[in-house]
This record gives sequence, structure tokens and C-alpha cells, in this order.
Amino acid sequence: MSETYIARSSTIAARMLAGEMMVMNSADSTFFTLNPVATAIWQGADGCTPLREIVRERVCGEFDIEPEQAQVDAEQFVTELSGHGILRVSDQPLAGSQEVSR
Amino acid sequence: MKSNAARFAGNVACVEIGGIPISLSTRHERFAELLLQRYAGFLSSSRPEFALEFDIIDAGTASDEDVQVRRDGAEWQIQRGDFSARWNPRTGTGIVRQNANPYSLDSVLRIVHSLILAERGGFLLHAGSAICDARAYIFSGVSGAGKTTITRLAPADVTLLTDEISYVRPTDAGGVHTLQDGGGDAYQAFGTPFAGELAKPGENCRAPVARLFFLAQGPENRIDPIPAAEAVRLLMRNILFFAGDPDLVEKLLAVACDFVARVPIHRLTFYPDSKVWEDVRHSEARHFELRHFAGESAHV
Repeated sequence: MSETYIARSSTIAARMLAGEMMVMNSADSTFFTLNPVATAIWQGADGCTPLREIVRERVCGEFDIEPEQAQVDAEQFVTELSGHGILRVSDQPLAGSQEVSR
Repeated sequence: MKSNAARFAGNVACVEIGGIPISLSTRHERFAELLLQRYAGFLSSSRPEFALEFDIIDAGTASDEDVQVRRDGAEWQIQRGDFSARWNPRTGTGIVRQNANPYSLDSVLRIVHSLILAERGGFLLHAGSAICDARAYIFSGVSGAGKTTITRLAPADVTLLTDEISYVRPTDAGGVHTLQDGGGDAYQAFGTPFAGELAKPGENCRAPVARLFFLAQGPENRIDPIPAAEAVRLLMRNILFFAGDPDLVEKLLAVACDFVARVPIHRLTFYPDSKVWEDVRHSEARHFELRHFAGESAHV
């Protein structure tokens, strides 16, 4: 089974405020607020950890979510953000990922 | 005219907006006069921190065409139908080529100030602002939200800072301190010459920011809190920034989050009559009262 790797795009700015992660794409000024589960995935998007592992460690380990449902939701989230240029997605590890913004 | 001549020796004027003095120079006599008239309330004898040289050419007229601002090495290149400019933040100097149009001049100055402010933790905002009881209130919103309306409704004891573009800087940056409260307030709002429909420049003064309202018009006045993330989103939508530069956006997002964490932000739905200003004053009194009883600086 092939793995999915995700990395934060270099065109984005992100900031955590009052427990919410805000993400802005500098290329088109789109702005997103991530819920806690999405934030956990976002923070795990280091380009070298498979999505499946991010879901297992950061989502199922922290939130009361069934693993199958968590994986489906994560894939949907990744598809949406990659469509906006916020996340990069590959079936190979991705180089040049950014540090997590504060 | 004598005082103008003193301030514009050799066609160089120092215009100080937001406490940032910029030398503006041109060889074009008529443009120099235009500049002096337009920024009459903001001429300064301070030593300029930055310098802009204006080369007056036969360019197009002022345009609604989207401005393009992009980094080119150490410089910013700024381009619109009616002007082109280069700005070097390292040397603090820039060259502008435009026709003798006051709207082009305003636009160039706003862009340069927005780039300077981004490095200093401040921003320009699509907002009216005014000083009431020694504190500044900022009223932001898209075109038609009521920025000019609410400034027009202000009572006589309220000082207009701008009905169009508000100038905001952190209090602890650049030696800016407030006399009113010992410097305890996080941000200051300054008057600007950038006028909207009111066609009246703001007063050249400043005050600590009491609160920011995002405007909506409705059948009655009400003030509602805005969750932090929504406040940041609205703020970022209304901050003037002209570049898709990731570093700049990162800085502005950080500034917006800091501002939201420190300054009370509300949605002000208002019916356009003068009573709205009573509610604005009352909101400040109520804020202090609830902060006192709550024992914390929660936004109310």
C-alpha cells in the first residue's frame, strides 16, 4: 500500500491564537481557521511522516475518533487544503518542509 | 507661502505621517506646490528617516487597476497604470515616476508606509478612526460599510483621524509613547491625510487605541463580540498590503494576532444617527467596569 506524505507550502503563513490555528496563503490571501483535529494534522505535516502515522499518533491518540473515520476525514482535509495550495502532497517524502509556525 | 518655502527648500519637503518623517523631493515646481497643499497638516521639521524622489512624467491617469508590488532583490518594485516606483528598505530611499496626480501620490505614500510599518509591527487599515475622550476608536469595513458615515456623525468634541485609511503602530516601537496613560496601551492610532468620501484630511495627532469595530449598518445599534479567529480574518482582509510576499504576509499575520490579543474588537451594527457615538463611549466605560470585576483583561 502506498503512503501519502504531506508538507506545508512555502507560500503560507500560520499562527495559533486562542487555541485556533489560522492559516493564510500569501499567493491568493485565502484564510483558513483549522479545528483542533485539522490543526493536529497540520502540525504533523513535516513532509516525512506518512499521513497514516500522523492520523494514528496525533489524531487517534489525542481525540476520541474511530481510526477508519479519522483516516477518511484526514484524506478529505488534505485534498481540500492541497487544492488551495496550502499543503503539498506526494507518495514520496517531501523535502523543504517549513517549521511549524507559532 | 513663506512657511511653505522654509519647509520645502530646494523642492524637498519632510512629510511626517504616523510619526515617520519621509523626505519628498521633486524638481517639478507645480508638483511641489501640490504636495505642500495636500500634506499641509503633516509637514514636519523632523530629520527624515526615509527619502522619496519624484520624477514627474506624462504617465497615465489614476487607475483602479490592481497595483503590483513585488520584491526584486533588496528592492520593492511598485507598479500601477499611473505610476511606477522602486523602494529600497535597506537604504530607506525610493524613486517614483508618476504624473502630477494627487491620487497617485497618495497611493505611493500609502504603499511605502505599509512596507515600513510591516517591519515595525504596525499596519494601515481600511478604516475610519477618531479620538474620543483621549482614546482612539477605529471603524473598519469594506466600501459602503459606513466608515465615512460614522465619522460624519461624530460629535464636535471628537477629533477625526481619518475617514478612510487608519494608521496603527505599536506603542513601544520607534519611541512612540502616550502621555495620557503612561504608555500602558499596546497600540496607537495616528491621523492621516488620506481622505475618503468626507474629502477632509485627518488631524495630525494620535491616541492609544481603545477598540476596533467592524461596521455593519442595521435598524438599531448593537455591539457584539467577535471570536479571535474571526477578528484576525476580518483584520487581515482590511489591512492594506500589496504583496504576495510570504515573509510580509507572515509578519502581518503575526501583527494581526498580536493586535487581536491586545485590543478589544467588536462588531458594531449601527443605525446612522448621532446616538451611535453614545454607544461607542458607553462601550468603553462598560469594558473597564467588566474588566475590573472580572479581574482579567478579557475582551467584553
